Amino acid sequence: MAEEKKPEFWRWTETNWLSSQIDWKKAKYITVGIDVGSVSTQAVVMADGEVLAYGNMRTGSDSPNSARKGLHFALEKTDMPESRIDYCVGTGYGRVNVPVADRCITEIACHARGANFIYGPQVRTVLDVGGQDIKAIQCDDKGKVTNFLMNDKCAAGTGRGMEVFADLLGVPIVEVGERSYKVKQEPPAVSNTCVVYAKSEATGLLRIGWSTEEVLAAYCRAMAERIYSLLERMGVTPEFAVTGGMAKNRGVIGRLMPMIGLEPAKTTWDTQIAGGVGAALFGYALCQRGKGRGRK
Amino acid sequence: MLANYGYQDGSGEYFITIDTEKCNGCGDCVETCPAKVFVVVDEDPHDPMREGPVAMVALDKKKKIKYECNPCKPSVHRPPLPCVQACKAGAVLHSW
Repeated sequence: MAEEKKPEFWRWTETNWLSSQIDWKKAKYITVGIDVGSVSTQAVVMADGEVLAYGNMRTGSDSPNSARKGLHFALEKTDMPESRIDYCVGTGYGRVNVPVADRCITEIACHARGANFIYGPQVRTVLDVGGQDIKAIQCDDKGKVTNFLMNDKCAAGTGRGMEVFADLLGVPIVEVGERSYKVKQEPPAVSNTCVVYAKSEATGLLRIGWSTEEVLAAYCRAMAERIYSLLERMGVTPEFAVTGGMAKNRGVIGRLMPMIGLEPAKTTWDTQIAGGVGAALFGYALCQRGKGRGRK
Repeated sequence: MLANYGYQDGSGEYFITIDTEKCNGCGDCVETCPAKVFVVVDEDPHDPMREGPVAMVALDKKKKIKYECNPCKPSVHRPPLPCVQACKAGAVLHSW
């Protein structure tokens, strides 16, 4: 008897994109940034500091393989051979496992630089909510980090925590933000100390008759509070930008912004690629310093 | 750059801050710390454009500094912390 496949509510769509305006053949330097996160992998291909193509996919259980797969995914729509790459920078949680990388740079430096690119040079505070950590970064107009704070010890307030809730409540992860606003009255937040506690608290709330939407709202608020406590420690200076997958979750960011009292910067780029963009930009800067691979 | 190493969990906030503008990578903190919390690296992983060494908190210590630093932090009559004292540049700070 065939086993019925359980729907995967946490799963989001993988995408790749190619710029129609840039001709890579004319570019002097082709640089690649591969951001292997704990949950997602992005490979960004840049031609002379402009985004040529990118791919965004799930990491899976094998970092070296997902780095390679991510790169192939990004290059899929281009007709560029891999040997044309001048410099490749690995970043993110799995950066030491990127076999094609010439250098590893932490995601903190890359996210600041990437946010500077995708949101503009007026960004001073960057919040990156990743799969397993939250990073609050302050940077200058060049995207250089001036202060950073990271919490990677605990999953509370991270993307993974949100996936756990999406799965528990059977709500597709992309709908969490919208659904969390479909409540008559904003419920109080659940525990923000620990995802495991929050989950058991939520199960209890469902039993006493809370709707799915109310529980989602309570968890989104808990996440916003948790993120705020990290930001509060570092201080927030405008402009404020959010990178990473959580930037797409209106339920959390919409509740976080009134606490800070600011409007988040807007962009047309995919917020998840910020780390990869930063890595590729560092690759470009290093190439200009004469540290590229050299044309074979 | 103020590099904050550590974490926040249910019991509080535990961060060691290294001001990389002040740090010259001399390594005095590495030698002084009884728990070997610090390391000096030649390339700052958070600032690829920086040339020259810099101190940072060792990766395997970062997520347990509350416990690693505990022997230097008695709850009463706390003496100055060895790492903070050893740093002539004044680049090391503790949040708790």
